[in-house]
Amino acid sequence: MRDLTNEILELIRRTSSSLPPDVEKRLRASIEKEEPGSPARGALETILKNIDLSRANSTPICQDTGTPIFYVHYPVGWSTIKLKAQIRSAMAEATKRSYMRPNAVDAIYDKNTGNNLGGDDFPYVHFEEVEGDDLTIELMLKGGGCENVGRQYSLPDNSVGAGRDLAGVRKVVLDAVQKAQGQGCAPGILGVAIGGDRGSSYIKSKEVLFDEMGTRNADPKLAELEERLTSEANEMGIGPMGFGGKTTVLDTKIVGLSRLPASYFVSVSYMCWAYRRRKLTIKGEEIIYD
Amino acid sequence: MKQITTPISDDVIRDLKVGDAVALSGMMVTGRDAVHKWMIETFIKKTRPPQGDDLQVYEELKKILNGSIIYHCGPVVSGLDTKDYKFVAAGPTTSIREEPYQADVMKHFNVKGVIGKGGMGAKTLKGCEETPAVYFHAIGGAASYIAQTVTKVHGVFKLDFGVPEAIWVIEVKEFPVVVTMDSHGGSQHAVVEAASKKVLEDLLAREIT
Repeated sequence: MRDLTNEILELIRRTSSSLPPDVEKRLRASIEKEEPGSPARGALETILKNIDLSRANSTPICQDTGTPIFYVHYPVGWSTIKLKAQIRSAMAEATKRSYMRPNAVDAIYDKNTGNNLGGDDFPYVHFEEVEGDDLTIELMLKGGGCENVGRQYSLPDNSVGAGRDLAGVRKVVLDAVQKAQGQGCAPGILGVAIGGDRGSSYIKSKEVLFDEMGTRNADPKLAELEERLTSEANEMGIGPMGFGGKTTVLDTKIVGLSRLPASYFVSVSYMCWAYRRRKLTIKGEEIIYD
Repeated sequence: MKQITTPISDDVIRDLKVGDAVALSGMMVTGRDAVHKWMIETFIKKTRPPQGDDLQVYEELKKILNGSIIYHCGPVVSGLDTKDYKFVAAGPTTSIREEPYQADVMKHFNVKGVIGKGGMGAKTLKGCEETPAVYFHAIGGAASYIAQTVTKVHGVFKLDFGVPEAIWVIEVKEFPVVVTMDSHGGSQHAVVEAASKKVLEDLLAREIT
């Protein structure tokens, strides 16, 4: 089996230092909505300068290089044991090269491992065997500030009058955005999972963030709710960094899951503007970075 | 944009108002969760006896922090092997986690400002009035850009807390920030919180089908 350690290292470098074009495009477009000279506009201007600088110098966009979340789709015949070992070794090397901050802290003894390897689940790696010959590795880096403002609701939720339907989902998602204020590094992107158990619901609310910005759910009801939530969240005027302004949420993505009759969970994962996700594809001898 | 250099006088602090854009220069230190907890427990509430080099670091910090700034930041630092430290990425971390500690730390060390993101609460705002001090908001995530304003890393204390949690003594030149909490009780965060709460209530009252 081929050794992909170097390719994964390059994937990490790109993810940490080069914001995907779809995200950058949205941020550039939002600047015109903010008043000239306002703190909100100043924040977006600084954000855009930072995006250029990080890309030019291969330095992290954000010093919180986040929880590394890998999704690997592999054809029959690849060893997930070996792939995981290669991911871990690339992660340690990326930390040495300052593409990543040492970010794995033992929660019981407060010790930072210094190399971004913490137990079996840090970095987090999800494997899925697929048909065909292409192997893809996707990486998302999700910072702690935005992770901390994520929320999970169990409906009905009387605090906001949310029942077990899409009208109730709308209410709790708006509540989550208001409670987050600027602390998740607005403008943010919302990943919303409806249904599942507490675990699967949170995982899917992140997984949906791998999709390109602006793609709508195939179900017209959910597609409409996605657009409504983005627009209503922006009515709240929280703005970039919570300074006050027009741009609070750049996009919303919803995924519907199966649930138990007894449970109705809504999980909201808040992604900061430093929405770092990149993909590596191995197509025979060809290596493609998105 | 106002130019301010540490150490900062009380008069300069009293002149600052919410909304002021400021370029900060001079010496300051980074400090976040582990540092604030350690300061409170070891030197302010004294619920934990000093250990190792604690007292020595405390004496150094008293000198550096007097009139200076604490930056809520867990940087990416290169040169860890050679001790030729350089900040590679150094944006602010979320400040609200220091809410239980910040006012007491500011008063104890005569800190004139903290830099962070997301703003802080009522206890810190009161601390800003009493010390006096202000809250400077940096742009969250603008890590490469802000790292360029860090012209020199003078040293590091408590590296055993880990790179992000250690106390880095740095010199900055024209670090761009906005005052979002001042020493007169003004808080942009309280204003935005209240206004957005009102809109949320209106949105919640609007039933959809």
